Amino acid sequence: MIEVENLTKYYGQVQAIKDVSFTVDRGEILGFLGPNGAGKTTTMRILTCFIPATSGTARVAGYDVFSQSLEVRRRIGYLPERVPLYKDMTVDSYLGFVAGVKGVPSKACASKIEEVKASCGIEDISGRLIGKLSRGYTQRVGIAQALLNDPEVLILDEPTVGLDPKQIIEIRNLIRNLAGKRTIILSTHILPEVSMICDSVAIINEGRIVAKDSLSHLASERQLTVNLTVTGPAEKVFAAISNVEGVESVEGGEESPEGVQFEVKFRPGADQRAKLAAAIVQNGWDLAELHAERPSLEDIFIRATAKEAEVES
Amino acid sequence: MKNILILIRKDLISYFVSPIAYVVIAVFLVLSGIIFSLRFSFFYHDSLELSRNPYMMGEYNLNVTEHVLEPMFFTLNFLSLLIVPMLTMRAFAEDKKSGTMELLFTYPVRDIEVGLSKFAACFIVYCCMIGLTLLYPALSARYADPEWGSVAMGYAGLLLSGAAFVALGVFVSSLTENQIIAVAVSYGLLLLFWLFGAAETLLPQPYNVIVTDLSLFNHLEDFARGVLDTHDLVYYVSFTALAMFFTLRSLEVTKWKGKA
Repeated sequence: MIEVENLTKYYGQVQAIKDVSFTVDRGEILGFLGPNGAGKTTTMRILTCFIPATSGTARVAGYDVFSQSLEVRRRIGYLPERVPLYKDMTVDSYLGFVAGVKGVPSKACASKIEEVKASCGIEDISGRLIGKLSRGYTQRVGIAQALLNDPEVLILDEPTVGLDPKQIIEIRNLIRNLAGKRTIILSTHILPEVSMICDSVAIINEGRIVAKDSLSHLASERQLTVNLTVTGPAEKVFAAISNVEGVESVEGGEESPEGVQFEVKFRPGADQRAKLAAAIVQNGWDLAELHAERPSLEDIFIRATAKEAEVES
Repeated sequence: MKNILILIRKDLISYFVSPIAYVVIAVFLVLSGIIFSLRFSFFYHDSLELSRNPYMMGEYNLNVTEHVLEPMFFTLNFLSLLIVPMLTMRAFAEDKKSGTMELLFTYPVRDIEVGLSKFAACFIVYCCMIGLTLLYPALSARYADPEWGSVAMGYAGLLLSGAAFVALGVFVSSLTENQIIAVAVSYGLLLLFWLFGAAETLLPQPYNVIVTDLSLFNHLEDFARGVLDTHDLVYYVSFTALAMFFTLRSLEVTKWKGKA
């Protein structure tokens, strides 16, 4: 649905993004992660045809964002980070205006607006001035305007920033409900949000994509660490668990009142906790504790962005 | 075309929902009303004076068109110079500042549609403002007998020069996100074009003719007298078109720079 190839953008001498390439399939929700100033907004602005790229190409729904920008713009819905809406308009007149410029047929206009308002939960504030709305409602109106043209692609730049926890949950639910037939790109620097909403994640740092994968794949690729407490002879236990399939390294062996403690690291992608437990039990030792620690998205994110920083220095 | 109408409508809502249009038009009408009534009372005194000295009638051709309405067109034109930048300053500067430009340009509308609609919305407000001054010729007609052809030509001139003012203001507004800068630069440029009119005696031949001819205000003279000269018409139309062309280029530059 979205194909980005070698996208590079300079602002004067400053390079905002460099050689960014990724694809997003139809119906996929891509979380766009990165520290502040990493180039998330720049990439999104190029995809939404607001700014042209210095080099590289981007296609949305098969149309080039530069040469066929009107076709692209007919098919996208965009919520910029600052949620810039016309403050001196009422919600209804604003949505009417957006439906007009987005080319919603005038007959279908009223029903479309009602439908979008219902899905965003803003029916009660139709007549209010946008400038007087709370942050959460403004955000919803922003999402509502993005949805008016039934976009195939929805691009949301930090949709939950500045909201209170309740509003964040509501907006997340709203986004999840929108998924399915729509392709969604969502930028954020809140990591748990990505694991909650997205199918896949692209991590961007200093203008470069440093990781791009599906969440489930990322999860399985992560190295599993298991903390074990076993009652039994330390050296024999050590030897036994080192031989378990998939184990990369075993550390520890300190005696404690509960037993001997080990830290077992599996190779990336391997998860043989059952075999590990079996190996211990079969030898007649007691397994007092088995506690698995999966590196969180935070760890992956920090490792990915830190690696970049090392290369830079 | 449909997009342009939708965009114009939205801009007009902004002008008329907020007090801007009302305040600006009111200021304009108060000032021009005072000047009109002064002119009319001078005319009244002159008429009285002349009726007492009938032998002077031959030298003076005292009529309301030439003595009240014709100078009024210059007054209205000069007041427009002071008022139009206040209308145009927000055209693009506001959109840039508040970031609404970012959304606007990701909607399926062409740059030219956005540019033309901003121009048209300002121009419509300007036309409302000028339209309300029709009260002055109407009042004159109550007490005297203006030449309507001449008045119509004068208004045509005001609309054409107003279009040029608006286009210049919209262009300047597209250069900045700061409305104060937009209004200051618009004044600067408009006054500069006003000054060009004084070049006739200041510059040597043939430069004085060229520079004088660039003045936005000298071209109103024929219109105010009731004369339609294609030379003036072409000047105003091409000035407006050029300013709009620059506006579109400036929008493109904004996009390439990537500043919302």
